[in-house]
Amino acid sequence: MNAQEPLVKISDVVKHFDISGGYLDQLTFKSGRPVLEKTTVKAVNNVSLYVEKGETLSVVGESGCGKSTLARVIMGLYPPNSGSIHYKTDRIDNLTHEQWLPFRRKMQMIFQDPYASLNPRKTVRQTLEEPLRFHNPKMTNGEIRDKIADVMQQVGVDPAWITRYPHEFSGGQRQRISIARGLILDPEFIVADEPVSALDVSIQAQILNLLMELRVKRNLTYLFITHDLSVVHHISSRVAVLYLGTLCELADARTLFETPRHPYTRALLSAIPKVGEQAAKHIKLKGEVPTPVNLPPGCVFHGRCVYAYDRCRTEAPRLTELRDGTHVACHAVEEGRSLD
Amino acid sequence: MSHLLEVKNLEVKFALRFGDITAINDVSFTLDKRERLGLVGESGAGKSVTGFSIINLISKPGFISKGSIWFEGNEISKYNDAQMREIRGNRIAMIFQDPMMTLNPVFTIGFQMVETLLAHRNISRAEARAIALEKLKKVHIPSPEQRLDQYPHELSGGMRQRVIIAISLLSDPAIIIADEPTTALDVTIQAEIMDLLQELCETDNMGLILITHDLGVVSQVTQKIAVMYAGKIIEFGPTDQVVHNPVHPYTIGLIGSIPGSIPPGQDLKQIPGMMPTLTDIPPGCAFNPRCELKQDICTRETPVLMEKQNGIMAACHMK
Repeated sequence: MNAQEPLVKISDVVKHFDISGGYLDQLTFKSGRPVLEKTTVKAVNNVSLYVEKGETLSVVGESGCGKSTLARVIMGLYPPNSGSIHYKTDRIDNLTHEQWLPFRRKMQMIFQDPYASLNPRKTVRQTLEEPLRFHNPKMTNGEIRDKIADVMQQVGVDPAWITRYPHEFSGGQRQRISIARGLILDPEFIVADEPVSALDVSIQAQILNLLMELRVKRNLTYLFITHDLSVVHHISSRVAVLYLGTLCELADARTLFETPRHPYTRALLSAIPKVGEQAAKHIKLKGEVPTPVNLPPGCVFHGRCVYAYDRCRTEAPRLTELRDGTHVACHAVEEGRSLD
Repeated sequence: MSHLLEVKNLEVKFALRFGDITAINDVSFTLDKRERLGLVGESGAGKSVTGFSIINLISKPGFISKGSIWFEGNEISKYNDAQMREIRGNRIAMIFQDPMMTLNPVFTIGFQMVETLLAHRNISRAEARAIALEKLKKVHIPSPEQRLDQYPHELSGGMRQRVIIAISLLSDPAIIIADEPTTALDVTIQAEIMDLLQELCETDNMGLILITHDLGVVSQVTQKIAVMYAGKIIEFGPTDQVVHNPVHPYTIGLIGSIPGSIPPGQDLKQIPGMMPTLTDIPPGCAFNPRCELKQDICTRETPVLMEKQNGIMAACHMK
């Protein structure tokens, strides 16, 4: 790690959602006495990580592991229950709406489904113009026009299509327009939440290439949220693996794919179907993902882990750094027990 | 020996206000017992319509305009609705993408399984329940007795898909058509479901048609691959050959565009443009506007599927 301040740093972020509903929903009886009980979804639990300038950090995990929630917490779309988020040196998790505005220009988000994330009643121009006018009230019409044309060109959409509506574009083109919307304010940091998973594979390649090209050209930093491990391998510099809202492994991409440490990461990697490989001997996990409403005690993964023993059932492992810089939260790895 | 399933020169059209569009154009393939065939392509390539047309699930305005489908030596494309019901869901079962959409949320798993059995067979409710239980065991569902009385929402996505597979197995089908069975599932669950489908083909002598856009999945599960583009099969052959030595420029591009096929960080090979919509398929080879090897002939003449190399058939003028 270099001495430079990380661009985004989150420390011990917790996000729980209260789903207990109304008064009567909360009412239960315990040993004959009525009590009010709250039900919470523990989406993100004590996650700490940092994103350095210029890197691509991928957050991977299966559905329901809290990766999108984490992205939204970082972007200020959900307030965290506890923990802190810093953008460079400024703390951003406790800001008011007005205080957030300068950061919104620097941090932008690209969403998964380009069919849902673009307003169907707005033309491309209206979509791209709105953030510009809002954040730069002094910009002239000419400047705005030039800026939009410039960004559209960069993402590979013909500027002549500026008056068209989203329904006139294909999925890949729409995703290019959402990327253009993300870039129009010249942000430094982009959170991309599954930006290619709704797209066909040949279109996916186009969009991934575009994102990589833009990163170099515009000196962008990405936080990439995805479940697709082959995409992760291809684009990331570092990878964070989430399971049930808990960080289990954080390593640079090469190390992670060559020597996955955490039993969950190993199972996950062994399950990727690779073109041209015969049915892999993937590691079978036992059981099912528990619900984030009732988190298991101890290590969240212990119910499915073949290496779990008593300590895993009672004590939650801490994220510890190994010699090669990988961070792993696993008692077995920490104690140096063989996992073969 | 005749094949278990033979699709001959199938053509499916949809009659729209401005004229007919051809969704499937001259598609032929065969499937034998215990054979696993992959139909691969991007959205709109016609892979699902091919699957649907085998069990005549094409609804209006679609219709089979040409060709024939043979199952166990009978031409099932000529069957009427009553005859087709004996085949559909009984001898040829189909599994769909979203397990939440295919199960009825207001009935228990057991009810839905028993109902299916009673519709096809003349047995008692208790017998049907016993068969249902046996099939749930077969797809490795933990505590199957309990599951019979549960509702779909009480199960996870992977479990639901296992239930769907169990339902499709109820009548001991000869063929399972699986249309993107794992697209809605996580990668670890996907691997389990694929293992299960493979295992069932072996133990129950079934043929499997796996419809998917995921070349990775297809290459691990199937023995033969048909790559579809704009309603046509443009490459067909043994899986390991198609994956390692693809012939058609589209297949080459498709494999090259998968992250993981090249070292990380490098540009992915991309196919410029996108698949034409069925209403304006270019003349000649449908792939010609996106093809690097395009010559004059490609815009004039439609290439036919021909034997090229290592048992691969491809429809390309240039190879």
